[in-house]
Amino acid sequence: MITVYVPRDTTACALGADAVAKAISTEASQRNIDLQIVRNGSRGLFWLETLVEVATGAGRVAYGPVNASDVAALFDAGFYEGKDGTLSLGLTEDIPYLKNQQRVNFVRAGITDPLSVDDFKAHGGYEGLDRALAMQPQAIVDEVKESGLRGRGGAAFPAGIKWQTVHDTPPQQKYIVCNADEGDSGTFADRLLMEADPLQLIEGMTIAGLAVGATQGYIYLRSEYPKAHTVLKAALANAYAAGYLGENIAGSGKHFDLEVRLGAGAYICGEETSLLESLEGKRGMVRAKPPLPAIVGLFGQPTVINNVLTLASVSGIFEKGAAHYKSLGVGRSTGTLPMQLAGNIKRGGIVELAFGSSLRSLLEDFGGGTLSGKAIKAVQVGGPLGAYLPDAALDISLDYESFAAASAMLGHGGVVVFDESADMLEQARFAMEFCVVESCGKCTPCRIGSTRGVEVIDNIREGKQRDDNLILLEDLCDTMEFGSLCAMGGLTPFPVRSAIKHFPEDFGG
Amino acid sequence: MTPAFDQAAIDDIIAQHQELPGALLPILHEIQHTAGYVPAETVPAIATALSLSRAEVHGVISFYHHFHSVPMGENIVQICRAEACQAVGARELEKHATAKLATALGATSADGKISLEPVYCLGNCACGPSVQIGDEVHARVTPERFDALINELATNKQEAKS
Repeated sequence: MITVYVPRDTTACALGADAVAKAISTEASQRNIDLQIVRNGSRGLFWLETLVEVATGAGRVAYGPVNASDVAALFDAGFYEGKDGTLSLGLTEDIPYLKNQQRVNFVRAGITDPLSVDDFKAHGGYEGLDRALAMQPQAIVDEVKESGLRGRGGAAFPAGIKWQTVHDTPPQQKYIVCNADEGDSGTFADRLLMEADPLQLIEGMTIAGLAVGATQGYIYLRSEYPKAHTVLKAALANAYAAGYLGENIAGSGKHFDLEVRLGAGAYICGEETSLLESLEGKRGMVRAKPPLPAIVGLFGQPTVINNVLTLASVSGIFEKGAAHYKSLGVGRSTGTLPMQLAGNIKRGGIVELAFGSSLRSLLEDFGGGTLSGKAIKAVQVGGPLGAYLPDAALDISLDYESFAAASAMLGHGGVVVFDESADMLEQARFAMEFCVVESCGKCTPCRIGSTRGVEVIDNIREGKQRDDNLILLEDLCDTMEFGSLCAMGGLTPFPVRSAIKHFPEDFGG
Repeated sequence: MTPAFDQAAIDDIIAQHQELPGALLPILHEIQHTAGYVPAETVPAIATALSLSRAEVHGVISFYHHFHSVPMGENIVQICRAEACQAVGARELEKHATAKLATALGATSADGKISLEPVYCLGNCACGPSVQIGDEVHARVTPERFDALINELATNKQEAKS
């Protein structure tokens, strides 16, 4: 039996993967060729989607980008036997974009059937949980501390310290919450992981539950990800059926339940306290801290709340050990960060590298420059609250400390490329406008400041008292940065200020 | 006037979910899934079941962009307005779409066929501009591709009728 892989990933399907799968199935039955189609996750090489793979004795052979209209020609050329022809890319593992990565989180992405517990286990899955089940809770927390793992959601807070706080609270109902509200434009690593290897996240959350004594977990998933929702629900059901969730995990007598809950289109719910309010069934209004969620979290109980990639990383840390994880990266930025190449980029997708490579090499060697072929004007790293970097600043090292030193933010690893046609005043205005739309409204600098920000930028665009208004905008940015309750209002000035600083010509300067 | 929704179905949804911790969002999702929106007439029953005030329930519905308190068009077409899509032409696509459908973003076309909605990121940022119709995301949507997608909606509708 021939096995053909056609991704079920959102981007692959947005480029026609369902039609490709259907065409392959139809064509095969017409030609009396016995083949099965596995709907895998994506390898994350989105510019090659739909990437069709065929299992051969030498390994998987790739073809792409395939459209449904190419399928007959692929059969004519004997693709199902791994033969060369149009759209042939050779062995998947040898594609430089993939070969030159250091995949930890995405090691199984696109390789396994996302829903299959057996496939997951055949590729190292649940080895970490087996190890953790034999350890004392404090030893599990110590291993996470030792790995140096930091939160991948943006703030980069050491995960082990958060876990220790929850571990140290008296025994009571505790919770593990996964922040899967990946709302930053230019980011899709969480989505790809949940669609390609959801059991990695489920395993990581189970280990977190063992570490801190939590018996209930929630994955808070944004409603804009319907495919990830389908995959997660099916993967959770399969993990329960295989005995890896519930009251007796892998026969250990330990208990951990996990369910997925949907958000409802509010960007602010990516902020952890707002997310907890939303999970409780309320408006997603930001809470003042302290108390920290680790002490007073979901339903007032001690709660570990981490990003998808943070919790998923725990699976690999326990499979291979903290020392192995720590051996990757630079300084206090340990492990790998899946960078996401997006926007005006020729070869967009996931590039998982150890911390410390350069942004320019990422954009040129992996990304291949802009899609339009024009020069890069600006790159926004870290989502809508991240700074715009000009071409001259692109040699920066990809690690948390280097970005902080440059008044920028690595955040969740999203990289959005703009070519020279971009108008940076419009981008600054959009940053304020986005804050108007998405502010929870609790604090004044964010709620009112953003509205005034749009007006002031409009005045600058129209040349009304330009110099005075630039000073006013700077003051407003100060008020928002230092007076807001959370990062929404506090970081909106980053894209605005960086646009003014690096591209004064777009502001009439 | 008969309500546009099935009260018995709504009551079932509330009964099935009301014991869940944090039940309000799951209930609202199910109601919208069933009725296409969250009718104001359902608010008192939800409030009673969850021991909340009607104002609290209304406050939650109005906070989240995903929940609609009025009936929507036959198709919901969402255009991504976020940065990664802007970098490859989303601003132009938005202008084209609003002109083509003679409908503002956030409004429903005069014939009731299409509700045009803004969305901030669909996670398809490597292959924008992105448009979502129903639950299906479409990549690399040029103005021409947008017109083709809209025409397909009309064609599919006719095929379903015949």
